[in-house]
Amino acid sequence: MAKEFVPNIRQLPKFMKEDPGILPGHRACAGCGCAIILRQLMMARRKPLVIANATGCMEVVTTIFPYTAWKTPWIHVAFENAAAVAAGIDAGRNKLQRSGRFSDDPDVSVDYDVVALAGDGGTYDIGLQALSGALERWHNFLYILYDNEAYMNTGIQRSGGTPFGAWTTTTPVGSKIKGKPLTKKPIVDIVVAHRIPYAATVSPAYWVDALKKFRKGLETEGPAFIHAFGVCPRGWRTDTKDTIKLSRLAVETCFFPLYEVVNSEWYLTGPSLTIAKNPERKKPVEEYLKLQGRFRHMLLPENKWMLEKFQELVDENWEIILKRAKNV
Amino acid sequence: MSKRGWQEIPIAGIPFLESTEYHTGDWKVFRPVIDEQKCVKCGNCWMFCPDSAIEWDGESVPKPNYKYCKGCGICAEECPAKAIEMVR
Amino acid sequence: MQKVVKQRMMALNGDEAVAWAVKQSNVDVVSAYPITPQTLIVERISEFVHNGEVDMEFIKVESEHSALSACVGAAAAGARAFTATAANGLQLMFEILYITASLRLPVVMVVVNRAPSGPINIHCDHNDTMGARDSGWIQIYTEDAQEAYDSTIQAFKISENPEVLLPTMVTLDGFFISHTLQNVSLLPDEVVHEFLGVRKVPKIKVPEIHGDKEVPLMLNPRYPLTFGPLDLFDYYFEHKRQQIEAMMRAYKVIEEVHREYAEISGRSYGDGFIEPYRIDDADVVVVGLGSTMGTTKTIVDELREEGKKVGSIRVRVFRPFPRERLKKVLCNFDAVGVLDRGISFGHYGQLYTDLCATLYGVKDAPAMIDFVYGLGGRDMPPKLLKKIFEEVLEARVKGPEPVFRIKGVR
Repeated sequence: MAKEFVPNIRQLPKFMKEDPGILPGHRACAGCGCAIILRQLMMARRKPLVIANATGCMEVVTTIFPYTAWKTPWIHVAFENAAAVAAGIDAGRNKLQRSGRFSDDPDVSVDYDVVALAGDGGTYDIGLQALSGALERWHNFLYILYDNEAYMNTGIQRSGGTPFGAWTTTTPVGSKIKGKPLTKKPIVDIVVAHRIPYAATVSPAYWVDALKKFRKGLETEGPAFIHAFGVCPRGWRTDTKDTIKLSRLAVETCFFPLYEVVNSEWYLTGPSLTIAKNPERKKPVEEYLKLQGRFRHMLLPENKWMLEKFQELVDENWEIILKRAKNV
Repeated sequence: MSKRGWQEIPIAGIPFLESTEYHTGDWKVFRPVIDEQKCVKCGNCWMFCPDSAIEWDGESVPKPNYKYCKGCGICAEECPAKAIEMVR
Repeated sequence: MQKVVKQRMMALNGDEAVAWAVKQSNVDVVSAYPITPQTLIVERISEFVHNGEVDMEFIKVESEHSALSACVGAAAAGARAFTATAANGLQLMFEILYITASLRLPVVMVVVNRAPSGPINIHCDHNDTMGARDSGWIQIYTEDAQEAYDSTIQAFKISENPEVLLPTMVTLDGFFISHTLQNVSLLPDEVVHEFLGVRKVPKIKVPEIHGDKEVPLMLNPRYPLTFGPLDLFDYYFEHKRQQIEAMMRAYKVIEEVHREYAEISGRSYGDGFIEPYRIDDADVVVVGLGSTMGTTKTIVDELREEGKKVGSIRVRVFRPFPRERLKKVLCNFDAVGVLDRGISFGHYGQLYTDLCATLYGVKDAPAMIDFVYGLGGRDMPPKLLKKIFEEVLEARVKGPEPVFRIKGVR
């Protein structure tokens, strides 16, 4: 068992300066929460990463030819297959390690962790089959879902990860139907149903919690999954400065609880554990919603039912997690 | 700079420049200015910058890199000491 | 000149012959999904792996899309990767076919030709791989199990050549070859190992990032590279130009690999691109792909006995298309019948259109007739083939009209 990783804010800058993993000059929108997630992933490395990135925001903004923001081996193939590409890398690495093919080659290393990186579209929707297959086959990789809750890269269309009520360009606020009438797919439940050894949620606002989970995911033998909360100022119609504030409020309102699922056992972590023990600290979800243009219609008096329904959905989900959590 | 021809670029679509050659700092309207007196050197601005545009050694007062800073304002918002001001 | 090595004869069907080729080819990663009539390939490889007869990773994926995606990942990681599929499976891979070629990954895929749905069918025609002819893969159409074995081995060497670095698709006709037992000569393992070696990763220069160093073109933490960036109107075309040029360089490499292999095995297929049969003094020939061209030889023999000057030419490599060779040879005849086991709806068969493009404006170009046959595995009986030859002979006098003739359909 590896020594526990304790992220230290005094040491991380040196580590990142020596080996940044990802460079500035990428073209994520100002205030992009997902770009913060990438940096935090890099801070949690135990060895080099090889990343298989699905089509999506992070793929596009980091690799506009002839530029690349990656200082780590990286591949993008298509939208729906990040997990399958990662599976192939895992298999190739296994064979190359086992055969010692490059053991005498100073120019090549086959000692790395494999990461699949995909957005909500590439995970909840088009990539779900490849993800399920790779989990079932028990590949040794960490799948990171950066969830900005819509197809932001193509212009803010709804996905299976878009929450109830949210405005998107394909769930407009019309006179008849206002925003997305359906709810967010419980992706971690689906993943955990594969009985993989490690799954967790992270919010970049709680970086110590996030870095520890990234590290655990990388250290896991077999498949690991991390659902990362990625604020999108452009698609959510939020102020760029509020990205971390929203990443915090999502957790404080229990819209996005922080937990890990280790060998199918659920454990709340960090602030979510605190809230579980002190329920009075749970904030009304309105505090989270009111900062976002995509939910603005829900705050109008005539749509009060939507706000109430959103709160009910949050409460319901929170209750389910509380029941599952072993440490509450 | 004239663009390179097919014989002058790597095969397989491998990018040949690092993104640091591309200065996203041009995007910004406001830029963060750190008040050295107020700064408590907590590292929040460094940790939460989406653009690796805060340079920090882990000890001293951090320094924004305006070449890349897009002016999102997260650093100012997350500064517990209110030591960062966004100025035009 | 190397001496032809002693070989072992085994009774194998086409699928099994391919599985043996894969077993002997130092393949690192196989990633495949079962589909009739390819299933025997994945079954045999599974047996080899489960019995410890070969050391490879076999990813039993949940779809063909993932099958090829995992091959891409494995090949980018520096491994030799193989997959096999047919018809609908190939169509599910379609997106990744283009990407594999554009990433210049030397993946080898065997496609057991099967008619695409719908209605769903499991038998042979060529519309599946014809649909993929523009994807940037080298395509080799084989005639029998022996050639499927030989070509699979050759494919790795062609694809991995640093001058080429393109994926190769080897095809064999579903059931006609895939499930038909034949005596197949297998090279000794060590001879194949020596012929292919293990996968060598090519090197490239990226001066602004890695200086003068030639770095391995793979996912490698020592010299990180970015594969598959967003490539817009300012450079995409240049990358396509590189693929065009690589395909042009492949002509020479395919020929060389075919010749080297012939020296070891004693087997060759024409010049590697086209296989002419009794054409020297022929007035007319029939041109086609795949297993039908075996039967065609028999018919040529029969007609020759009747005193008719006929011959046949099998096109083995379809991409890159052997246009110079075909241009040169086809002008020697009065009329040419083209056998197409595929159809571009609203136009002609694919081989015919490519041959027309090849011969356009050429002085002494022959009259050409397209015979579309055999869709969905419909048999091509010798009698029908004979009739086709008669029609081509007739065209010498009557001209080629109508040039589009559908054969064997009610």
